[in-house]
Amino acid sequence: MSPSSSTEAVPGAVPAPDEHHEHHPSYLVDGTTVKSWLLTLDHKRIGVMYLIWVLLFFLIGGTYALVVRLELLTPGPTIIDAMTYNRAFTMHGVVMIFLFMIPAIPGAFGNFMLPLMLGAKDVAFPRLNLLSLYLLLIGAMIAIWGMINGGMDTGWTFYTPYSTHTTTTVAPILFGAFIIGFSSIATGLNFIVTTHTMRAPGITWFKMPLFVWAMYATACIQVLATPVLGLVLLLVVGEQLFHFGIFDPARGGDPVLFQHLFWFYSHPAVYIMVLPSFGVMSEIVAAFSRKNIFGYRAVAFSSLGIAFVGFFAWGHHMFVSGQSTFNAGVFAVLTMLVGVFTAIKVFNWVGTVYKGAVDFKTPFAYFCGFLYFTVFGGMTGVAFATASLDVPWHDTYFVVAHFHFIMVGATIMAFMAAIHYWFPKMFGRMYHEGWGLVSAALIILGFNATFIPQFLLGNAGMPRRYYEYPERFQTLNVASTAGASLLALGFIISAIYLVYALVYGEKAASNPWHSKGYEWLTESPPPTHNFVGPQPIYTEEPHFYVDPEKAEEPYEV
Amino acid sequence: MNELLNKLLFLPEQASTFAERVDSLHYFVVTVTMLSSFVTGTAAIYFFFRYRRRADHQTTEYVIPSVKTEFVFVSLPLVFFLAWFVIGFRDFVYVQTPPKDSMDVYVMGKQWMWKFSYPEGPNGVNVLHVPANRPVRLLITSRDVLHSFFVPAFRIKMDAVPGRYTQTWFEATKPGTYQILCTEYCGLSHSKMLGEVVVLSPEEWDAWVKEQRKGGLQNRQDALADLALEPETARMSAQGQKVAAEVGCFKCHTVNGEPHIGPTFQGMYGRMETMQDGTSLRVDEAYITQSMMDPGAHLVTGFPNVMPTFQGKLTGPQTAAIVEYIKTLRTPDIRTGATQGPVYEPIQ
Ligand code: HEM
Ligand SMILES: [Cu+2]
Repeated sequence: MSPSSSTEAVPGAVPAPDEHHEHHPSYLVDGTTVKSWLLTLDHKRIGVMYLIWVLLFFLIGGTYALVVRLELLTPGPTIIDAMTYNRAFTMHGVVMIFLFMIPAIPGAFGNFMLPLMLGAKDVAFPRLNLLSLYLLLIGAMIAIWGMINGGMDTGWTFYTPYSTHTTTTVAPILFGAFIIGFSSIATGLNFIVTTHTMRAPGITWFKMPLFVWAMYATACIQVLATPVLGLVLLLVVGEQLFHFGIFDPARGGDPVLFQHLFWFYSHPAVYIMVLPSFGVMSEIVAAFSRKNIFGYRAVAFSSLGIAFVGFFAWGHHMFVSGQSTFNAGVFAVLTMLVGVFTAIKVFNWVGTVYKGAVDFKTPFAYFCGFLYFTVFGGMTGVAFATASLDVPWHDTYFVVAHFHFIMVGATIMAFMAAIHYWFPKMFGRMYHEGWGLVSAALIILGFNATFIPQFLLGNAGMPRRYYEYPERFQTLNVASTAGASLLALGFIISAIYLVYALVYGEKAASNPWHSKGYEWLTESPPPTHNFVGPQPIYTEEPHFYVDPEKAEEPYEV
Repeated sequence: MNELLNKLLFLPEQASTFAERVDSLHYFVVTVTMLSSFVTGTAAIYFFFRYRRRADHQTTEYVIPSVKTEFVFVSLPLVFFLAWFVIGFRDFVYVQTPPKDSMDVYVMGKQWMWKFSYPEGPNGVNVLHVPANRPVRLLITSRDVLHSFFVPAFRIKMDAVPGRYTQTWFEATKPGTYQILCTEYCGLSHSKMLGEVVVLSPEEWDAWVKEQRKGGLQNRQDALADLALEPETARMSAQGQKVAAEVGCFKCHTVNGEPHIGPTFQGMYGRMETMQDGTSLRVDEAYITQSMMDPGAHLVTGFPNVMPTFQGKLTGPQTAAIVEYIKTLRTPDIRTGATQGPVYEPIQ
């Protein structure tokens, strides 16, 4: 990192491989024993292992989803009984939230890209990083053990007093989630410290890629909010096993207190899931429209803004729980602010495309889907925050559709976009573009076909977590299930061609997208220590595609 | 317009004063949402085509937003969102504030039924009778876990929280029958926790109240009269049926031969049942009594362990009466109306 070594480097370009190149194999082949992977301290290998695990969890959660959807094909019992159904949707929620959405992007892509984007050799605490992966797995194993031995039927929100009275196995699953919380905190801490201390010379705060900003904001929420969840889950376990009486009115406790504590974590947790996807999309829209981000600072600050006001919005989950009318008003206004921050991002992303040079590749297709899900999901969120509208919608399928649009839609779009965009970086091979576009189209269509009927079901008044339903809801349910099959097909196709590409894919160029993202300043796949030879020097902003002559005169709109 | 949007959005009919208010805001919000998605989407699509990449190494102009643009980006959504908030909050205050002259009904959620009681008047299970065009305040609580009282046609909803009372109110505008659903997940039969609101015209309402008052009294007298005439066992079993209805056995057990959440009572006495641990057992007085006091002790295969214990809730004679009642259900043609609709009990 000494300035003297950087004199020979080309600004913003891939450093020429030096003569020691042969001694710097890519991280993928530097040690091929199982042990060299399982005990690795390399953030890239840890990222890849995260990727494998979250994909597995996604598969488990998705299977539960399809079971739930199939059951809802007919008004009465279809394939499973009521108890099994209640367990299935609970496990779907628990697995998808705690094991897929929260760890997916930070764990897999955050770990892999963050140090590369900061010009660092690794994250600040590599051992803690490995530990956080294993904590996730230990928590997951405990929870899955609980799922196999009895399962839980409370819904992923674990509302008391039901969760403390049910005879199903709540304790191991909540304990598993508690451990997973530590994993999340460790990842967050690591990212915060890395961002503060390990930026390469030249990368000032306002030259950080927007993905880093998003990960940073996410990490702040993870560190501040997760402990609350951990404690409340322990209290529920204690209440179930030892009858504490904190939440049980029969013992003088307050069930609504649980909701406050739970949503104090779980509402910000929504942003733990969605902010990383905003970060990914900022990278992708810049790379594929070859443009500097329109309103870079606005996008960066709005991440922090969302993280901040996200902490003061939890009460909008409780408009009809008996809280005071005044409280409802306060939470309603604060929630609107989240909507405003998100709107800023959306406008700036669209602005980025303006006067760009758009290459419509698979990641960009996911960006389009993402833009649409975010606008629609976000607007329905603001609609929900409009207190009076929440009254009929609360706890109906409208909620299910809304959060799938915004959280799941955005996360899935970003996750798929990230896999495709960074595939050459991570594995040095190219996926098949045609199949990529086909499956993106299927996934986006399938998603709409699944959840638009659910918005309408919510309007019609169908409550969520319903095993049986009045006949008049059937048509829309059938439509939703049909959509889910389309969605599943899209994922299956992606899985096939991606695995195929891993082995037989065409060898990728070092920077196949001609991206100016900082992570592309090293080879693909990167060597173990991230950079060979002289460190790149960071004189330009990230995503700077401007003709050098014109760089002096920004064009304002 | 209202009608059309109502259909397009799959909304139920509007049967309360609040429904109309909520729906007009709903239409406004949906319209703005659609329009803004459309405008953003169109702009994006136009840009994708207009600014296609033409050369592999194309550079772009350095475009940044002016302060004016950023101001528009912030204030445009803010103005709309605040407008929604103002209208929405006004309506929320409306639905949270029952008028002074409203009629009270107590609502209790219980796994898995709704119980209604009127300060002076009848009790009801799962059917709520109210007059049209008169504000009705609901005072809601729960016996066990959280439930949520939801009438889609009225657009009202309020959680039933054990240990406290919550309230909401409505003014029904059209006589008719409207569904009540439970929207807070409350366990095994959450989706079966259905009820209905019967909205009566003022005349019908007066007649109904009168009938209930009289009926309540008369039922009691009739019951006594009947009991006096019947032989000893019949009296006990009749008593047993009444007790069983009161404590809620029929929420889970039918008497028409169809298994429900629990096994049917019909033909149960004397039957050989296979237990979940593989053993089998003949249903006799001892087993029926044990099932009431310690339901988990021997579970019949195919049924979940969800029955609450009645230890301490039933006296000795009541337990005996229920056993006698179940014994009378040996022949298939004995039917009772207990599961066919609501049960009214006079207020004690
Ligand atoms: C194949 C795609 C999916 C389908 C068909 C699907 C279907 C469903 C359905 C029908 C429910 C409602 C259950 C109920 O209220 O009874 C539900 C709930 C939920 N889903 Fe999905 N889902 C899918 C994907 C996902 C994904 C990818 C995630 C997260 C990454 C997710 C997260 C959730 C959550 C958090 C809930 C709430 C669970 C609860 O209320 O307990 N879903 N899903
Ligand atoms: Cu309920």
